[in-house]
Amino acid sequence: MFDGITPQLLFGQLLIGVINGSFYAMLAMGLAIIFGLMHVVNFAHGAQYMLGAFVAWLLLSTLGVPYWGALFIAPLVVAIFGLVMERLILKPIAHLDPLYSLLVTYAATLVIEGAVRLNYGSTGLPYSSPLPGGVNLGFMFMPWYRLWVVVFSIFTCLGTWLLIEHTKLGAYLRAANESPETVESFGINVPRMMTLTYAFGVGLAGLSGVLAAPIYQVSPSMGSTLMITIFAVVVIGGMGSIMGAILTGYLLGIVEGLTKVFYPEGANLVIFFIMLLALIFRPRGLFSGEKS
Amino acid sequence: MRIALVLLGVAIALALPFFVYPILLMTILCFVIFASSFNLLLGYVGLLCFGQAMFLGLSAYIAGYLLKTTGVSIEIAILAAALVSALLGGFVGFVAVRRTGIQFAMITFAFAQFVYFMLLQSEFTGGEDGMQGIPRSDLFGVVDISDSRTFYYFVLAMTALAIFAIYRVIHSPFGEILKAIRDNEARVESLGFRPERFKIIAMMISAGIAGFAGALKATVFQFATLTDVSWTVSGEVILMTLLGGMGTFTGPMVGAAAIIFLNDELAQFGEWALIAQGVILILVILFLRRGVVGEAGALWRRMRNRNKG
Repeated sequence: MFDGITPQLLFGQLLIGVINGSFYAMLAMGLAIIFGLMHVVNFAHGAQYMLGAFVAWLLLSTLGVPYWGALFIAPLVVAIFGLVMERLILKPIAHLDPLYSLLVTYAATLVIEGAVRLNYGSTGLPYSSPLPGGVNLGFMFMPWYRLWVVVFSIFTCLGTWLLIEHTKLGAYLRAANESPETVESFGINVPRMMTLTYAFGVGLAGLSGVLAAPIYQVSPSMGSTLMITIFAVVVIGGMGSIMGAILTGYLLGIVEGLTKVFYPEGANLVIFFIMLLALIFRPRGLFSGEKS
Repeated sequence: MRIALVLLGVAIALALPFFVYPILLMTILCFVIFASSFNLLLGYVGLLCFGQAMFLGLSAYIAGYLLKTTGVSIEIAILAAALVSALLGGFVGFVAVRRTGIQFAMITFAFAQFVYFMLLQSEFTGGEDGMQGIPRSDLFGVVDISDSRTFYYFVLAMTALAIFAIYRVIHSPFGEILKAIRDNEARVESLGFRPERFKIIAMMISAGIAGFAGALKATVFQFATLTDVSWTVSGEVILMTLLGGMGTFTGPMVGAAAIIFLNDELAQFGEWALIAQGVILILVILFLRRGVVGEAGALWRRMRNRNKG
């Protein structure tokens, strides 16, 4: 039954799977950090990812700032946006059920996407690749830019994981989640730390958006369509487990790519089926470091 | 006092189609049912179903398909569609109650998107184009109700029926257990009940009623589209419920009417409708968490107590 499958098709889809997986991993990681450290479900993560791509596009088209500049500036801009969002709409409801944080960030998504669509329309805007060309590996063609995305995302994920799990700063963050009073008594400003955590997670989303701009088209809805998958990734990996989110992200990207080769009709649904199976057989999450 | 208010409401509902465009009124009624079905879960069991649109949309297609291809009478099509929707609700509930709170919301969100893709790829739905030309077949196979104003009275009667059903559920012993689960699940479990079972049954009832609304909506507009299954509609019903007041019986109805009116007013401004919804939802969450009806009720009680004391 696998007759028509050439190595080009197989490895081509596998590469697309790894690329998609890189974005799943980075976004799911940001979501897991924000949830794990401050118990906020950041629905706006997709919209903030889209903002990252948009800021990069604006920087290029209006100010002529190239991709490599945008890679630093756009995440910062998006992080500052996150900072303002946290102060305005998340902080006032921090003491309430996390459901409210989901709803208020959902509402923010409507406003952000609507505002972008209002100003720039809903069609995709092209962003040309900063690294044209590629290398022929014999069995497939590997574009340089895609290789860059895979390598960069792996380093970003590992670096973030190390920062939170293996540094003093990360220890403070995790402790502040368990017992804010104790950490505060050490002289640490916990509310400010929470705000910065949110800004950091949002900045990661913005960074992913810049990375995505040359691969996918820059459009207002590019984030919300991705959010569905990201939610499934986080549910499968177990909420709040950072490594779980990263691994599940890459894994599901690859599984999705392979499904496109062997059973194209199922590619849209395979992640959902995995979520169903995971919920039924591993109801606590694949990599459960969870506390629910 | 209460009876007088209800009678006044009935009189207004009967007279309205002579003053307001019937389709708009019927849309409001469908969403009154839909929002109330959502509130049954959020307000009375404490479950946030972030994919309520899957029941509305699936049921609209099923009712439409039955009416187009089989020639059954309209009430059979609506009930059959609601039943299928209830079964879907039972399945979603079976899987989703394994997680609580925030994860329940995320799972139902993913589920709804799954239903969206399934409907997009199915042949019978007409994919992106939607399903058109759904007939308003005769009531009980004999009474012609296809005229818009007559049809309004049919929809009004169906709405009354659905709202009465929800009222009975909430005020039954079963409903009391649901509220107890909302307030303290561990306690209910310690009394020998199984909260999961009650949640799944509540999901089925809520999904069935949401499906009822969807099937009605399909006969009102005489078409069904993917919009009914989309996450914006799932979000819209949350907004309606919160704006009106979750956990209040009339709140979601008020919220539904307000949002449908708003959408109708803003329809010509395109994106502004969604932006307005987002802004209202943010404001409600920050400043008006009990909703309009909830706040009004609290104010009313405060004033009464002051007069007494």
